[in-house]
Amino acid sequence: MTLYSRRTTLRAIGLAAALLAGAGSMAVIAQDTGDRTSVKIGYAISKTGANAGGAGITTLPNYQLWVHEVNGAGGLEMPDGSRLPIEVIEYDDRSASEEVVRAIERLATQDNVDFILPPWGTGFNLAAAPLFDRFGYPQLAVSAVTDKAPEFAARWSKSFWMLGGGHDYTEALADILTDQHEAGTINNDVAVISVADGFGIDLITAARQSFADAGINLVYDVTYPVGTTDFTPMLNEAAASGADTFVAFSYPPDTFALTQQAQVAAYNPKVLYMGVGVGFPVYAANNGDKIEGIMSLGGIDITNEAVMEYRARHTEFIGQAPDWWGSVITYNSLQMLEEAIKRRGLDREAVAEELSNGTFETVLGEVKLEDNQLRTLWFGGQWQDGNFVAVAPSDREGAVAPRLPKAPWPAQ
Amino acid sequence: MITTLITGLVLGGTYALVAMGLTLQYGISRIMNLAYGEILIFAAFAAFLLFSTLGINPILGLAIVLPLAFAFGYLIYGVMMQPLVARSKKSGTLEVDSILATFGLLFVIQGVMLVVFGSNYTSYNFLNTGINVLGTNIAANRLLAFALAVIIGATLFYVLTRTRWGTTIRAIAVNPDAAPLVGIDVNRTARFAFALGTMLAASGGVMISMYQTFNASMGVVFTMKALVIVIMGGLGNLMGALVAGLLLGIVETLVATHVDPGLTLAATYLLFLGVLLWKPSGLFGKAAGR
Repeated sequence: MTLYSRRTTLRAIGLAAALLAGAGSMAVIAQDTGDRTSVKIGYAISKTGANAGGAGITTLPNYQLWVHEVNGAGGLEMPDGSRLPIEVIEYDDRSASEEVVRAIERLATQDNVDFILPPWGTGFNLAAAPLFDRFGYPQLAVSAVTDKAPEFAARWSKSFWMLGGGHDYTEALADILTDQHEAGTINNDVAVISVADGFGIDLITAARQSFADAGINLVYDVTYPVGTTDFTPMLNEAAASGADTFVAFSYPPDTFALTQQAQVAAYNPKVLYMGVGVGFPVYAANNGDKIEGIMSLGGIDITNEAVMEYRARHTEFIGQAPDWWGSVITYNSLQMLEEAIKRRGLDREAVAEELSNGTFETVLGEVKLEDNQLRTLWFGGQWQDGNFVAVAPSDREGAVAPRLPKAPWPAQ
Repeated sequence: MITTLITGLVLGGTYALVAMGLTLQYGISRIMNLAYGEILIFAAFAAFLLFSTLGINPILGLAIVLPLAFAFGYLIYGVMMQPLVARSKKSGTLEVDSILATFGLLFVIQGVMLVVFGSNYTSYNFLNTGINVLGTNIAANRLLAFALAVIIGATLFYVLTRTRWGTTIRAIAVNPDAAPLVGIDVNRTARFAFALGTMLAASGGVMISMYQTFNASMGVVFTMKALVIVIMGGLGNLMGALVAGLLLGIVETLVATHVDPGLTLAATYLLFLGVLLWKPSGLFGKAAGR
């Protein structure tokens, strides 16, 4: 009897869910008619939890800056020249992927937003991609580094991948190391540590391949768990390995700790390359001129006036400088969206098509996506005289030659 | 080998420092404080703020942060815990009630920090200079944290086992029902122990802020680590927390050096499991410290 009634209850719940989902999609259809006074843009972002640190630097400030600037100019311009202000609906995903999924479903079916901006992080963008696709929203995935971008762009036709894949970065690094080795600056041995999580796993997998292809020896290769705070044992082992190059595919807290602990241990590799966090404003603020020569992913062409002007605006409005890697790309993706809406209106299908095929004038200059991916990126940078300048790919205009070997840490 | 041992000991010093406050709160006041890590992070932010805006160095900052933390703990116990303690006399569910109450407190403190300090990673450089200890370079700030852990641990252990006042505290830890029979004000003593635990959490936070990157959502990491150490060392036993913390530090460093850094977490919990199987009440449970 109990079983029977439970089954009935389950059926009732299933029915209710189906009804609600149906009602939701009906609402989506209904919303396009009638006069509108605003454009609803929604997003779920990690304001709390483990991802809040990264989201709070690369993603959220740029959303805020963009909305502020667009609304300051009277709103988003429509094809007929009229302007509609942006109305923001924001959810905190608490750094939990199931919350991202729930929030995006809610944005699409209950809040009926016109566009959804993507969450922060590779994993979350992958988790959200099927939803964006199912509800028919374009996804401008910026803070997602994945080698599978071409595959994803094919699977989800309205998804756009803006930050390249692991191989792009590791091949750029391998090129630099090969050049330096041939010039006699460094030996051919590399010590690598990587965090045992999305970013670290992707990058180390790509790096093993890239280094092998380039004939570089991996003499020390270990992974460490998320949340590791003491890197002294790894630094000691890396120093003992005799490698001239030390690479860490690390998350921000690890990067900060590594920087301090390498100084304490007086560990002076000739090439010091670390992961996320090197381009954060707080990194430069805390370490002063000791960061000179440290390398990482990303970089900025400081002769590009539009980018430098964007950095100044960001610093003024947010109260902190943007990072030197993903921030400007995030802002660029929003400018592309703005322009696509101006050309095609609020029809998501048309906007996605425009993003895919159109050419845009943004902070990065003239941008055109190739196969739904942004390929004109900087894959390697180095701190030089207080700026994190782009050094790779070296054949792209605006690239600066890396200064190697890195000078030893200043005496303490 | 000596390098590994020294690095491990210093790492363990941090763990022990973080765990000692919790062992006081849980072991003596019987409050399982899930907001412990948040208090610690709050103190870290306070130290950062004092250092970056007023230029007060974190060691002097302790003189400001610690009394405030003590007052905060005293207040929280009075406002939040006292009613629970009073109620539990009948129902005997203080542990569960305190877990639920402090779980709420966790989010309140975290929310306040997110509003006030934002969600960004925070860190600053202080005393990040190498000091040579038996041929190993150790960061001065970590060494300081280790020294502080040993001093606090040893002092409080001495006070608890050798003074009349300490005996009072241990009395309510061992048998809160019988303590009033010999004229002990259980409520006042438990409140004092809770405030003292809060103060220790704050001292851990200030020390950690010197060498570790933190953000407003990281508190739970410290609560978990502290909990493992507290249970491993024996509830309410300061010496236990100290030894368990140091042991954990050494094991993690040994594993990171000689086995694989990826297995440090596994080693931590393996050790935890081993201790619990061998001595279910913890290394120093019941017998030695109480």
